[in-house]
Amino acid sequence: MAQAVGTAHLETSTGLDNRKLLMWLFLGSECLFFGSLIAAYLLYRDRSVTGPYPGDLFDIPFTSVSAFVLLMSSVSMVLALAAIQRGNVRGMQIWLFTTATLGLLFLSGQAFEFTEFNHEGLSLSTNLFGTTFFVLTGFHGAHVTIGVLILLSLFTVSLQGRIQQKDSLNIELAGLYWHFVDIVWIVIFTLVYLIQP
Amino acid sequence: MATEWPQTRKSGLADALRGAREMADQHYGIWSWIATVDHKRIGIMYGVTAFIFFLTGGIEALLLRTQLIVPHAGILDADQYNRILTMHGTTMVFLVIMPLSATFFNLMIPLMIGARDVAFPRLNAFSYWVFLAGGIFLNVSFFTKNVFSGELGAPDCGWTCYSTLSSKAFSPGHGVDFWALGVQILGIASLASGFNFIVTILNMRAPGMTLFRMPLFVWMTLVTSFLLIFAMPVIAVALFELIFDRLFNANFFNPDKGGNPLLWQHMFWLFGHPEVYILILPAMGIVSEILPTFSRKPLFGYPFVVFSGIAIGFMSWGVWVHHMYTTGLGTVANSAFGISTILIGVPTGVKVLNWMATLWGGSLNLKAPMMFAVGFVAMFTIGGLSGVTHSVVPSDYQQQDTYYVVAHFHYVLFGGAIFALFAGFYYWVPKFTGKLLDDRLGQIHFWLMLIGFNLTFFPMHISGLLGMPRRISTYSEGQGWDFWNLLSTIGAFTIATSILVFIINFIYSLRRGEAAGHDPWDGRTLEWTIPSPPPHYNFEKIPVVHARDPFWHEKYTEDAEGRPIPVVAGAANGHEGEAHEDPGGHGIHMPSPSYFPLIAALGFPIMATGLIYDYALVAVGAAVLFVGIYGWALEPATEGEEA
Amino acid sequence: MTLAEYRGRGGAEVPRDDQHVAEAAHVEKHPGPLEYAQIGSILALITGVEVAIYYLGLAHTLLVVGLMVLSATKFSMVVLWFMHLKFDHRLFSTMFILGFILALSVFTVALATVGGKLV
Repeated sequence: MAQAVGTAHLETSTGLDNRKLLMWLFLGSECLFFGSLIAAYLLYRDRSVTGPYPGDLFDIPFTSVSAFVLLMSSVSMVLALAAIQRGNVRGMQIWLFTTATLGLLFLSGQAFEFTEFNHEGLSLSTNLFGTTFFVLTGFHGAHVTIGVLILLSLFTVSLQGRIQQKDSLNIELAGLYWHFVDIVWIVIFTLVYLIQP
Repeated sequence: MATEWPQTRKSGLADALRGAREMADQHYGIWSWIATVDHKRIGIMYGVTAFIFFLTGGIEALLLRTQLIVPHAGILDADQYNRILTMHGTTMVFLVIMPLSATFFNLMIPLMIGARDVAFPRLNAFSYWVFLAGGIFLNVSFFTKNVFSGELGAPDCGWTCYSTLSSKAFSPGHGVDFWALGVQILGIASLASGFNFIVTILNMRAPGMTLFRMPLFVWMTLVTSFLLIFAMPVIAVALFELIFDRLFNANFFNPDKGGNPLLWQHMFWLFGHPEVYILILPAMGIVSEILPTFSRKPLFGYPFVVFSGIAIGFMSWGVWVHHMYTTGLGTVANSAFGISTILIGVPTGVKVLNWMATLWGGSLNLKAPMMFAVGFVAMFTIGGLSGVTHSVVPSDYQQQDTYYVVAHFHYVLFGGAIFALFAGFYYWVPKFTGKLLDDRLGQIHFWLMLIGFNLTFFPMHISGLLGMPRRISTYSEGQGWDFWNLLSTIGAFTIATSILVFIINFIYSLRRGEAAGHDPWDGRTLEWTIPSPPPHYNFEKIPVVHARDPFWHEKYTEDAEGRPIPVVAGAANGHEGEAHEDPGGHGIHMPSPSYFPLIAALGFPIMATGLIYDYALVAVGAAVLFVGIYGWALEPATEGEEA
Repeated sequence: MTLAEYRGRGGAEVPRDDQHVAEAAHVEKHPGPLEYAQIGSILALITGVEVAIYYLGLAHTLLVVGLMVLSATKFSMVVLWFMHLKFDHRLFSTMFILGFILALSVFTVALATVGGKLV
């Protein structure tokens, strides 16, 4: 049974890989980043002076599907990691590509939602809801986009045969980032969409 | 089955990269500096750049003080004053103290923990180049209006840039945009640095160096780095909110749409208070190294000093509202934060007491580093005490927005951080230049600076309590402020003179300074075991550590009364086979140089300029950033490694 | 000498964090693809429940508490299993939890101070 590479005996003072430690520190720091954006949203939640308001615009069934897609992308991501840790390069490639595709699907859903809201009269400058909603979900979307780029880059590099079982840390790191972006959405889905003013 | 790329395409690119790296791998010439990933060189670049910004900020201060020398002096008009004031504050905090701390992190941390470099050398280079880019970007703002007719384009909102002054309605020019984007760029540099040093300190210590055997400067760097990685994201969000309000008509701070300008203050100070501890903890770390060395005694209460530093780090998150007592948040909020603020004085007091106990009974060597370190303890204590008066809510009601506050923060940041940073300079820079600075000139520098500093800032306690507000470009006579302002201006020019003495000393020492040798101060820690300047690989053999103050332990044992006795020359004090010879470092592979950190760093100021002037540039900047990052990701970190 | 050489010489003073790691790894069996798929199904299920109770029209407090519990569960499952924190060295958890708790505390206090409402 393959162990995660990050826990192998390394010549560092903690025995842990530098890059994995870096990634977890980064994710810890990202909690502060998204925390600030979420706090701003919550602060202004029912203080918009004029509409449109969340209740007018949100399409919960649509967003639920979107949330489901992102969750499933986390499953495919971890399956990609499991594959490469067993030396299954082809399997990893399939699951990586799947994850990227699901990510793109999520982003299309976001783009669609943003356009719909815009047609209904919501922009960054309309009111507090427009400002905080678009900035929070916009930054989240930007993070997903960067994630998709990372996944596709890894996929492309793997096509050249440059990712083998010994390189699984790269996939693990990409996975950590991807799962984080997913859990931020778990929080946003609940606090923004399901708990409305 | 792996896809096969055409041989020619792949090897052509690889060859070009290899050629570029070979050119940069030579240890001389400007290209070797541009592509360097060596922490010592990066540290030197940080130090030189930060010192130039120190002179810039200092000249700005002299301009301000000249304007305030007498009522209605007429040297600067109100608009010019506001811009120079804003740039003075912003420069000193972000372009001087933070990068000077980074200078010492870079120069010293690997040496003190017995490592050859930091965990991520290219990320380290990236931090420097982003800092340089941000600093230049910020200062370019001066020239965006008609400088020759006295119109300055620099930001004029104060270094805290409160809303709604910062809004487009009240600050219609580009000054605030330069400020917000400039500080945003600088934040990236700090964040990268923070991550790098945490991983370095946790993962790259020499064998035997447990956390509680680390030098105290390393501990303070660790705590500071955690503060950086958690605080910078908050200001990043605040700055994005400001930028979106100004550029895209968002409503974060727009009262017309229900926004709350106070949100800016909360976000700013949520970052801002940990930030001031980011500014002071490294300085405290430096002093905690110098006092023991120049007292020939170990640091008194090492665990207490460590835990105080950690406590300060944690508690710094719980006090930010003390900057906002007068904004009408109510008695509950004010009282709660008043209590937390009073409490944060406790760990600081613990440190001061331990420093004093370190000096007590020591065999004091009053060279320049020691003078500045002791000066730090005294000046910082005064600043800390005025801080305690601020923590008391009703007395802060009187002090807020007066010169009393200006006095307080200059005592802790100048009398504190800057004095400690000069101490560190005199102490450690000889390790890298190989030459000691002249001690007599150092003493003159110290005394001139101490007198000038107190002459400048002590009167501000008085003028502040007499009601003189902050951030005013002039004042009328007859309010009782004239004499104190005159003193302050004389003091400011005295400080300037002392800096001149320092510059002369440094230049003189580079040419004619006494050779430093390995260990000019009879030091206690690992950096003194290697030559001055160090070879590029630092240590011929990675040392094995058996105790705190490992080098001292190697040089001395104790007699019956606990006094140090030199170990007989040649004896290894129980650790045979670990002598510090240095036959040349053959076969040690150091990380290869790289141009990509610089390329990536360039992306940011281009994007920022684009946001202000032409969105097309944003795409260009983003492209440059991407090229930089992809090149970085795909190039092997050390020649011969796979990506 | 390298860390490995030092340890090979019986250097007892270096903290044996890696031993800790090796133990942790052998205590729990690592999840395989089947377990991951199962967790995925649970996550999907919980999401469904969240949406269902949204439409149930419960009292606001009840809705909020319910939703928080459910999303906290999803959050934890992804972190512990997908991100492997349950099986990895404690230091990683420390880093992440530090940031997470800090964000939670600081912004709760901030919102309370400004008079914002969490829910």
